[in-house]
Amino acid sequence: MGTLTDVSISLPTWGEVFRVLTFQAGFNTSIVIIGATLLGFAAGNIGTFALLRNRALMGDALAHCTLPGLALAFIFASLLGFDGKSLPTLLAGATLTGVLGVITVQLLVRYSRLEQDTAIGAILSTFFGAGVVLMSIIQNLGTGQEGGLHHFIFGQTAAMNRFDAFFILAVAILASAVCLALLKEFRLVCFDEQFARSDGWPVATIDLTMMSLVVLVTVFGLQAVGLLLIVALLIIPAAAARFWTQRLTTMTVVAATIGALSGYFGASASALLPRLPAGAVVVLVSGVLFFGSLLFAPERGVLSSMFSALFLRIRIAKEHFLREVYETREASGVDPQASGIPIALTSLLSARNWSLPFRTLMLLILRLDGTVCTDSDGITLSETGVKESALKVRNHRLWEEYLLTHSEISISHVDYSADLVEHFISEELLKKLEHSLHERGKLSSPVEVPRCLHSVDTEETT
Amino acid sequence: MVQFLKDQTDNLAERPEHSPESPLSVHSMTVAYQQRPVLWDMEYEARPQSLIAIVGPNGAGKSTFIKACLGLIPIATGAVEFWGKPYSEQRHRIGYVPQRESVDWDFPVSALEVVCMGRYRKIGWFRRIGQEHRKKSLDALTQVGMEDFADRQINQLSGGQQQRVFLARALAQEAELYFMDEPFAGVDAATERSIIEVLRTLKSDGKTVIVVHHDLSTVPEYFEDVLMMNTRVIAAGPVSEVFTDENLRKTYGGKLTLLEEVGESLARATRGEKVP
Repeated sequence: MGTLTDVSISLPTWGEVFRVLTFQAGFNTSIVIIGATLLGFAAGNIGTFALLRNRALMGDALAHCTLPGLALAFIFASLLGFDGKSLPTLLAGATLTGVLGVITVQLLVRYSRLEQDTAIGAILSTFFGAGVVLMSIIQNLGTGQEGGLHHFIFGQTAAMNRFDAFFILAVAILASAVCLALLKEFRLVCFDEQFARSDGWPVATIDLTMMSLVVLVTVFGLQAVGLLLIVALLIIPAAAARFWTQRLTTMTVVAATIGALSGYFGASASALLPRLPAGAVVVLVSGVLFFGSLLFAPERGVLSSMFSALFLRIRIAKEHFLREVYETREASGVDPQASGIPIALTSLLSARNWSLPFRTLMLLILRLDGTVCTDSDGITLSETGVKESALKVRNHRLWEEYLLTHSEISISHVDYSADLVEHFISEELLKKLEHSLHERGKLSSPVEVPRCLHSVDTEETT
Repeated sequence: MVQFLKDQTDNLAERPEHSPESPLSVHSMTVAYQQRPVLWDMEYEARPQSLIAIVGPNGAGKSTFIKACLGLIPIATGAVEFWGKPYSEQRHRIGYVPQRESVDWDFPVSALEVVCMGRYRKIGWFRRIGQEHRKKSLDALTQVGMEDFADRQINQLSGGQQQRVFLARALAQEAELYFMDEPFAGVDAATERSIIEVLRTLKSDGKTVIVVHHDLSTVPEYFEDVLMMNTRVIAAGPVSEVFTDENLRKTYGGKLTLLEEVGESLARATRGEKVP
């Protein structure tokens, strides 16, 4: 045992890393890595359905409720003269109280007014408390073997032998087979329970099948990951997978893969750094994969939505800027559609309420996309910039006209509304607008930019 | 007394007013939530091949009535029969459109996959969704004008489009009696027109459709029969006969003022539903 001051972790060499990752670091290490990988695979697979059925925390209740069962199985087996540490006995006890706990939660939800999370919290902690009390009783019995039970709380992946790995393999195969066979039924029940019941599907049986798989994965994962953290393997890979896909089948495969990768890298890391608990490292790896998905996934990821929000903001800022150039020129008597006339854009730019970094960014973008060009006089709108500005002003005013002629919005309010809408006028909508205004004689030629309906607010722009 | 009760519940089909031709016969049905009765002694007989509206104020138990008929909520007393037989025997002839808010629309499935769920009963346990079932589901989507959205993830659809997907799923069930729980709630005008078009096609195909409906102004235009209820049946029958001011007053307790309607739509808006 090291002392508290001895906190250094000796880093493995690259050669060791390679040997562990390619299953060349000895039979036992390989078994542990394979077992953890399979466990992650099975948990990710069934976890997808548990998550979509809003039953993920039920897995947590189940795991915590196994503790008194483990202790009771140990006590009874010892009292009857059997080996109290026999794994089948312990897991049988764990399953018994685990399932009992879940059933209690279900009964509480059905027959009391408690919400599911309250019921889970109450039952989970009561059972876990009972388990802790029983554990201390075992310690006082003084049989000298009680130490092993504690491993079920935090897990002891390194203790996995080939029989454990074989059982986990069987569970992984069973979970995949059942999920494949019942994909349609699971999808139906997870999505729309009421429709499923009205259509005659035995929802309770389908739920029971799903939960049985969750029980199997949890119970066989106890030894490896520990009862505190096993729920992480059910929830995290599935939640991470949701960021990457919009399809249930793909989500199942991605979740199983993320689970398997977590198991593989987690168990490998723990083999290389023997003082780190493997279960926790496996969960940490899945956590890293989760945050990676959260940040980098296309469409649903945080960065992706931040960027699309930024692009929208830039487009809106650009369109407002163009309209302001046009209207300032119009107000000062210059033909706004003539190109090449320089105008002091620097003052215009600073007049917008843009922060300095945003202004710099905007100026860069406007220059890069050819809306403005720089010459000796300063900054001027390019030819395309002028055309675009006329187009934007036209959209804005067409919408104002439409609001005035088709609904009873007062003239003082149309500007604000058009400000919001003008950025989202599609080609198709524009044609309809033109047609509708043309019919009412408000638009004489199809290319005309309507006159301004309200005085241009020059105060704002100077 | 016991004999009387027994007579009341025994064999509905043999009672003269409950004909086996009627797609839905409800007899002295009472439903209670946590000992609080929400439906009292409901008596109802649906006319075959008709479009039927269920109207009543909020909390009148309209959705509860539908769910109780479908066996989704246990009934305390009474009986429900479909063409003279219990629900379990007639399930294959009945279709259901639940309220749109009852599911999570962020669920990872496409519009077509949702519609295919209407075929699951015909496909059966364990089997994959075959080409023929996929085709029928696509036809159902076409019928509601949503064929271009078949592969669209359902959270990318508007409220009206989601409602049409639910309707298509019910069409894919190929039922003879349909229950629809507020199919017009929060949909745009185009969706409302396309839904009513589908309902009329169903009727001309000889089917019966029972719809929980909120917009009293469209009842005479859309439906020929109406069930007016407020925890019990107030009136039921052809719209032309029973949809009267007096029955409306009885159903809505004389409080059907413009103010209340506005309040109701405000409440719906704050709940996040779209107000048409």
